[in-house]
Amino acid sequence: MEPRRILVVDDEIDFLETIVNRLRKRGMTAEGVASGREAVRRIGEAPFDVVLLDIKMPGGMDGIEVLREIKQQRPDTAVILLTGHASLETSMEGMELGAFDYLLKPMRFEELLKKIAAALEK
Amino acid sequence: MTKAPIYRSLRRRIIAITLAVSIAPLLTLAAVIYHQYVKVFEARIEDQIRHLARSQANAVDVFLNDRTALLAVLVTTRSFEELGEQPRLDALFDVITRTADGLGLVDLGVIDATGRHVAYAGPFALRGLDYSREAWFRETMSRGRYVSDVFTGFRQLPHFIIAIRGHGARGPWILRATIDSQVFHRLVRSVRVGESGDAYIINPDGFLQTDARLAGQVLDRSPLAPRLFGEEATVIRLPAENGATRYVAGAWLKSKDWLLVVSQDSSDQINSLIRTRETEIFIILLGCLAIVIATVVTTRTIVSRLEHADQDLNQLNAQLLQRDKMAALGKMAAGIAHEINNPLAVIGEKAGWIRDLLDDPALRESPVHPELVASVDKIENHVERARKITHRMLGFARRMEPRLDDVDVNRVLGETVELLQNHARINDIRIDLDLADGLPIIASDQSQLQQVFLNLLNNAIDAIGKDGLITCATRQIDKEIRVAITDNGPGIPPEQLPRVFDPFFTTKEPGRGTGLGLAISFQIIEKMGGRLLLENAAPRGTRATVVLPVVIPERK
Ligand SMILES: Nc1ncnc2c1ncn2[C@@H]1O[C@H](COP(=O)(O)OP(=O)(O)OP(=O)(O)O)[C@@H](O)[C@H]1O
Ligand SMILES: [Mg+2]
Repeated sequence: MEPRRILVVDDEIDFLETIVNRLRKRGMTAEGVASGREAVRRIGEAPFDVVLLDIKMPGGMDGIEVLREIKQQRPDTAVILLTGHASLETSMEGMELGAFDYLLKPMRFEELLKKIAAALEK
Repeated sequence: MTKAPIYRSLRRRIIAITLAVSIAPLLTLAAVIYHQYVKVFEARIEDQIRHLARSQANAVDVFLNDRTALLAVLVTTRSFEELGEQPRLDALFDVITRTADGLGLVDLGVIDATGRHVAYAGPFALRGLDYSREAWFRETMSRGRYVSDVFTGFRQLPHFIIAIRGHGARGPWILRATIDSQVFHRLVRSVRVGESGDAYIINPDGFLQTDARLAGQVLDRSPLAPRLFGEEATVIRLPAENGATRYVAGAWLKSKDWLLVVSQDSSDQINSLIRTRETEIFIILLGCLAIVIATVVTTRTIVSRLEHADQDLNQLNAQLLQRDKMAALGKMAAGIAHEINNPLAVIGEKAGWIRDLLDDPALRESPVHPELVASVDKIENHVERARKITHRMLGFARRMEPRLDDVDVNRVLGETVELLQNHARINDIRIDLDLADGLPIIASDQSQLQQVFLNLLNNAIDAIGKDGLITCATRQIDKEIRVAITDNGPGIPPEQLPRVFDPFFTTKEPGRGTGLGLAISFQIIEKMGGRLLLENAAPRGTRATVVLPVVIPERK
């Protein structure tokens, strides 16, 4: 079985690095990018099984736009939205756009793992 | 009923003003009426006494005219020669006194032109006396008719005489009679006046012509000045002792320049005046009493209505204030929560990463390893605690319109209770359900409603602690469904009651309560168009009431 590939997108570098490290530590192939543009570029280069996507990001392209792009390019990718904001409306919008699930930051790591597992199962 | 001082003073002011404007005119009116009445009353007394004086004067005139007429008849029908003879005069006098005793003639005398008393019939020895120098003799001679003032004369007794001149063959002569002062006095005094009344006659010089009861004896000088009395019967008022007024009426006789005086104190009549005044005062007091009662009752009603209206208004204001406060706080809370969430996420993940690293077998050998693990645990615990708060704050700030589900309030409540049943049982808390039959299905938001019930039930459980009872009752009242959750915990101190809906108001230990439960619930229910009330229940405990409007779901 080919290794599972996970892309983490968050502008908060400290958070990004740590999540990537912890996922790798659990035997997953994870990599991180710090902006929406970069994320879109990486998706274009290679397919990912799961994308953890921060909704609120500076730099011209926020999570929802990235989500749209992903769904267009690779509709099979499971996207889990992360948000530090109770922008539930935005999260709902994301769900309607085809996101797999959403999580409120700070989240419990176990919960994140559960959601990833669920996303991979599908 | 609580009476704030402002309402008490308002009530007192309204009562005072109303009483002033209603009772003052009444009293004025009463005074005016009484004054008018006194005037009429006095006028009536005056009329009465004037009338008395007038009619009494007439009676005295008649008396004098009768005597004068009798003498005039005798003078014209009998001659001087006949009456000048003593036996004949005696016989005549005898006939007169026997047949007309009431005439009151004391004696009868005949005087010739020279003033000599030629014949005399009567009790005194007056025959032969010479009257030529007496004023009355000359007066009668020149005028033909004379009524004297009272004088003592030769007999040294007060009396008065009537004299008539006759014409005989040997010149003029005079027939003269003395009037019995007793008969005359009786006549004058016969006037019907009250206890303080008096009646007498005075001559133009002010000398009494009859005995008076109060004013003095005959021939005393009266204190009254006769010229005060005019042509017509006149009444003057004099002050009497004991504050009363003495009414004095004087009427001049027609047949003689005598003034007949009748006097009377007002005190005789004053009783009726006093009675009138007492009646009036009684009526006025009755009126005042009615006014006072009506004023007090109306004012009480008005002011208490006002107080209630004010209370309602205050309640409404408090509710609006609460809403504004929470909207502002909600925005702020959301901002803060968001700013904190990101660093909190980093802390949490870093701690997790440290835990991951501590799993390394080499590190496990380290003597400080257990302590490091324990510290990471602590960090994670506290991140979890902070997470709870920020997530609740965000939930609080959530400005979502409630979804419209078909909600069976009884079912939602029942399910929520079921969720907590275990937790309650462990703490020896019984939760009773008292659900109304046939509640309508309403259009509302099921999960938000459940969140509210959860908050309220958790509060009740926390308040009781251990061993107690929670009752959940549903009722439909008109167009509302009421859900009452009552516990028998310690209740809420009155001074805290206004603050329980404030975000972050909690009496629970740090870490145990966020103080957002009621704030969020309040907002949710308000969004649904309902109300959330919290009050202390009798005899102890707290009752939370959720009032939901009955909105019938649209048919899809
Ligand atoms: N049933 C009750 N009996 C007594 N006091 C109550 C009751 N319900 C609420 N309170 C008081 O109101 C305060 C605020 O309640 P609220 O639900 O808003 O916050 P909390 O319960 O303290 O925190 P949280 O809801 O986050 O657990 C409570 O701390 C408590 O003092
Ligand atoms: Mg609570």
